[in-house]
Amino acid sequence: MTNSTILTASFPFPCYGSPVMTENIATNILEIDNLTVSFDGFKALNALNFSLETGELRVIIGPNGAGKTTFLDTITGKVQPTQGQVRFKGRNLRNLNEHKISRLGIGRKFQTPRVYLNLTVRDNLDLACNRHKGVLQTLFGKPDHGERLTVAGILETIGLGAKANLEAALLSHGEKQRLEIGMLVAQSPDLLLVDEPVAGLTDEETENVGNLLLTLAENHSIIVIEHDMEFVRQIARQVSVLHQGSLLCEGTMDEIQSNPRVIEVYLGPSEEEE
Amino acid sequence: METSKLSSAARPSRRSKWWLEPAIALGIAIAFAVIMPFVLPVFRLKLLGRFVALAIAALGIDLIWGYTGLLSLGHGIFFALGGYAFAMHLNLQLPEGEIPNFFSLYGVEELPWIWQPFNSLPLTILAILIVPAIVAGLLGYLVFRNRIKGVYFSILTQAALLVFFNFFNGQQELINGTNGLSTNRYEIFGVASGSNEAQLVFFQLSVMMVWLTYLLCRWLTQGRFGRMLVAIRDDEVRARFAGYDPTGFKILVFAISGAIAGVSGALYTVQTGLVTPSFMEVAFSIEMVIWVAVGGRASLIGAILGALLVGSAQTFLSEWSPETWLFFQGALFLIVVTVLPNGLYGWFRDWAIPKLRSRLGLQPRLITYPDIDLNPEVQQEHDELDNPDR
Repeated sequence: MTNSTILTASFPFPCYGSPVMTENIATNILEIDNLTVSFDGFKALNALNFSLETGELRVIIGPNGAGKTTFLDTITGKVQPTQGQVRFKGRNLRNLNEHKISRLGIGRKFQTPRVYLNLTVRDNLDLACNRHKGVLQTLFGKPDHGERLTVAGILETIGLGAKANLEAALLSHGEKQRLEIGMLVAQSPDLLLVDEPVAGLTDEETENVGNLLLTLAENHSIIVIEHDMEFVRQIARQVSVLHQGSLLCEGTMDEIQSNPRVIEVYLGPSEEEE
Repeated sequence: METSKLSSAARPSRRSKWWLEPAIALGIAIAFAVIMPFVLPVFRLKLLGRFVALAIAALGIDLIWGYTGLLSLGHGIFFALGGYAFAMHLNLQLPEGEIPNFFSLYGVEELPWIWQPFNSLPLTILAILIVPAIVAGLLGYLVFRNRIKGVYFSILTQAALLVFFNFFNGQQELINGTNGLSTNRYEIFGVASGSNEAQLVFFQLSVMMVWLTYLLCRWLTQGRFGRMLVAIRDDEVRARFAGYDPTGFKILVFAISGAIAGVSGALYTVQTGLVTPSFMEVAFSIEMVIWVAVGGRASLIGAILGALLVGSAQTFLSEWSPETWLFFQGALFLIVVTVLPNGLYGWFRDWAIPKLRSRLGLQPRLITYPDIDLNPEVQQEHDELDNPDR
């Protein structure tokens, strides 16, 4: 099994629990109303409205300082909204801790790959895959057959089967990126939040990650934050542009590129935001 | 798919022989407990018994620091609490109606309520485990819930240590303050606890407790829970976003580590014959960390060996020239931190043993570059070429 598997493998991972997407996917999995986050008066997000349909793959772009990472921080509970609310599957996420939000079915990938360096690739996935994440359940529980199958399936899909028993510290940057995406999938979330997945990758690795995300999009809702326009063109169907903490516009890649306001933000006075 | 040379070597079938390792450890422990009394004179055996008791605390430190990455500089608290619990029980081994002598110095005539439970041995044993665990659990809850980590955690544990130190020093009427409680004269099961027979039993009990603690730590650190501890050490934020609540894990491990230190303190107390608030001196708690650093973080054997080695080195060097020990201890720590970051055990495991294997010709000889020959993906392709059916 080599890296090229990613290009073709579909994602029939035998995940438990994860609700099968039904046909009527018109409902919104994520709704954000009038969201404002201010740090000491500086508004990182400003009256932002946003919604994501179940099963959608959305790319969010925006100049530096547009509030993209704060946006993810707010959804995942790292930052509490000053005003407004985030609703996931109709449930308000205010006052929930990160781990509780994660257990509801939101997985997040960070900008730099964050994996457990001193654990093997397999153990990294196993920890993410664990269905019962309480202290005592983790202490007394044993990985069951289904979980082991899930891990094996994911190992194959992210192309790290041969390196399953190596410590994650020995992986290359690109492999760590793929491992972290694999860990996200192992959590069997319904919504994936992916922050700049191809930063620092070679062209080939970028394409691999892109295809991996497209495969995942078949049965997950995904939000990708990205700078790399080539990559955005590869994966994007719907793009949202964030600017100064609020939504500038939404549409397909072509619409976005011809939108005069977007051009102004990106080419015009964009230095101001730095 | 899962059978490559590396993976089969790295993952021996653990399940079929799970009992092997505890059995070997038990064998070593029994041999140690039986042979040492014949080899060593009584005085030396007593010293060794103390170091064995300290090795238990080292295991506790290894659990919280080596595996979970939380550097506690306050384990003296739990150590002393265990010591005091056992000493209080021994001090109550008096004829009916009497209370320990020192109370008369301060004009106390009734046994304080806090002493009452220590009349019973089972309750005392329970207290040795539970009291340090509760104190550690509470401290841990306050610290970890507020997401205090790293240096701030270390400083807080040290501050707590000072608070306890001063509190115990000031409690003359309750626990004899600075003078502490002596245990040698008092009887346990009809034998004076300072007698050679009792000391021999305490030595052997300490060895057995090292074995039990080792098993407990082994159980905790393997499997998912242990991997979770390493995950918390490596990247706590990642763990949190993966749906785990690190706070609970850290509190539990800190409490267990505290209970282990309590056992250690109790056994150490009866083998020195005295417990005083000096158990909670800052330097002593730092010494515990040094044992683990010298032996090898995140390896249980390393922690045990570290405590025994540093303890023995301390004895011999201070007999030889008392002034040099502190310098030597400082130098030892510096050397370990700079040259042997994984401690002596880590050095053996990562450097000496592979070196020895290659000298003896046991290491597979590499013809091309190690990068290529040992790369698992290359190996797997080799395997697939060799047996195309698979």
